[in-house]
Amino acid sequence: MTARISLFAFCPVELLAFHETSVCSGSGLVRVVMEGFWAVFFPVLRVWFTCLVVLIMLPAMFGISLGITETYMKILLKTLEWATHRIQRASRAEEILKHSASNGLIQRDNSSLEQEIEELRRNRPKSAERGDFTLSDVLYFTKKGIESIVEDDVTQRFTSEELQSWNLLTRTNNNFQYISLRLTVLWGVGVVVRYCILLPLRITLTAIGLSWLVIGTTLVGFLPNFRVKGWLSELVHLMCYRICARGLSATIHYHNKQNRPKRGGICVANHTSPIDVVILANDGCYAMVGQVHGGLMGVLQRAMERSCPHIWFERAEMRDRHLVTQRLRDHVNNKTKLPILIFPEGTCINNTSVMMFKKGSFEIGGTIYPVAIKYDPQFGDAFWNSSKYSMVSYLLRMMTSWAIVCNVWYLPPMTQEEGEDAVQFANRVKSTIAQQGGLVDLAWDGGLKRAKVKDSFKEQQQKKYSHMVVGDDSSD
Amino acid sequence: MGSRASSLLREEDIDEIKKETGFSHSQITRLYSRFHSLDKGENGALSREDFQRIPELAINPLGDRIINAFFPEGEDQVNFRGFMRTLAHFRPVEDNEKNKDMISGEPLNSRTNKLHFAFQLYDLDRDDKISRDELLQVLRMMVGVNISDEQLGSIADRTIQEADTNGDMCISFSEFTKVLEKVDVEQKMSIRFLH
Repeated sequence: MTARISLFAFCPVELLAFHETSVCSGSGLVRVVMEGFWAVFFPVLRVWFTCLVVLIMLPAMFGISLGITETYMKILLKTLEWATHRIQRASRAEEILKHSASNGLIQRDNSSLEQEIEELRRNRPKSAERGDFTLSDVLYFTKKGIESIVEDDVTQRFTSEELQSWNLLTRTNNNFQYISLRLTVLWGVGVVVRYCILLPLRITLTAIGLSWLVIGTTLVGFLPNFRVKGWLSELVHLMCYRICARGLSATIHYHNKQNRPKRGGICVANHTSPIDVVILANDGCYAMVGQVHGGLMGVLQRAMERSCPHIWFERAEMRDRHLVTQRLRDHVNNKTKLPILIFPEGTCINNTSVMMFKKGSFEIGGTIYPVAIKYDPQFGDAFWNSSKYSMVSYLLRMMTSWAIVCNVWYLPPMTQEEGEDAVQFANRVKSTIAQQGGLVDLAWDGGLKRAKVKDSFKEQQQKKYSHMVVGDDSSD
Repeated sequence: MGSRASSLLREEDIDEIKKETGFSHSQITRLYSRFHSLDKGENGALSREDFQRIPELAINPLGDRIINAFFPEGEDQVNFRGFMRTLAHFRPVEDNEKNKDMISGEPLNSRTNKLHFAFQLYDLDRDDKISRDELLQVLRMMVGVNISDEQLGSIADRTIQEADTNGDMCISFSEFTKVLEKVDVEQKMSIRFLH
């Protein structure tokens, strides 16, 4: 590490020399100014880097903490509490705060179609045949339809969660108007701190982390296949993810570490953002599964592949489900390989619920290690709304939040039981994760973010209703 | 940063909507957030596609008819006022209705207006009559492919026969009201808004 710093120290000197020769034809005043600038700038840079390395990087790499982040979080908490107080005092009606996202807008009955239509028909004079049609039947569908327009379970999962109380970030300012001067000043200070101090710090850290990942894994890749290689590769991966986590000011609490995924298993977790990978990989090494990308991601993927086996699929291969399952199965059956990390939802959900788990991962066989991840939205919203933000703007938003705070629960391993098919198994795992993380368990498909809902659901309802119209002697 | 939902809704607008529909201040702001989140094009109005994006509504057999009820004759966009006006039909009926002195004379969520909403679900061409054809079409929407044409036809005929009192083979609004006079429309067509 010190070698890198001295390298940096030498570079500006050479730059300076180059600059001198290039502007020697210009006026002497310009030269003096430039010299002065460099003379001030690069010691600052040197101090900056030394601080960075000693105070943040080195401890992060070895997993120790100097307490800087803890102090920062404490100050942050106190400030946010104070801000909440102020907002509470200012808004006489407490309605703004009572309406948290968990309180719905309307209260719905959960009675079935049959029950409701029976009730509607109750007052009608009975006719001879069982089952019939009445003009009032339409009221059931109308009410259900309007209820879903006012509030539905699915569309709200694809936008960021609403906060109970403003956390001094502009982006979460939905219903909170101007309250007081002090609060605005605090918000202004927050903006300065986040954009001018924290953002450059975090970008530097992430850049260092990622480049170390690429360099480290490539170096390890040159080693022959001894046990040392595996150990070194894990070390490199862990260090880089730790640096990246610091680059996001991530505070992670791991629970039930005894249930941590073991080799030859499949780790399954709910998906909120690409950062989930960093969060989980901070505490263990996983084999990643995913599509081959170009650009920066592609560089990372190829580098990681060199030091330990991951599973990257070409786009065309992804469509062949049999091939995918086979490759995953081969990896899992090899008990020396790292556990696979899969997000069965297939897309990012906003961390208030868990949506349908695709059954593909549950058909591989092998032990499933469920993991529940729950972010604290007070400090920063981790959800990636991919239709609204690109990856780069998302990362920038992450790096200008206060911090990322989350809880990770490792749940006891689960295997498919006798007489249980993949879908039922998937649902069982999903409920366990939802229960642990305090998330809503939904059966809807996360793919509804982009795709239209299948017609078969409508047909189911039509069929149920038809039974009520023609009675039990169905014509089909 | 983008536009914030609440900043586009002024206090005067909220007051007007309150007078017209009877919703409370907090209900209006929350429904505005909902309107805004459905409005993917961010142009202050909802189109039919915006409604279709709600999965629960898309699988409702009468989804298209319900969506249609929001749009005035011949229009493709509904603004927030129109949205609230339609939703106001589903407000529960209270004893102390504050907005009794309205232009139209009756609050939007009265029994008559609720029944009128349901009537319009059947009345496809908005000519204030439910013809046999219209009834058949709506029936077909609700049952899908599970019942044959003949059976459906006989059901429609029987329904019209029972309801029709003036012999024009169509169901008018007053005949419709008579058929549903014993149904607890106030409860069945009201949504329980919290707060």
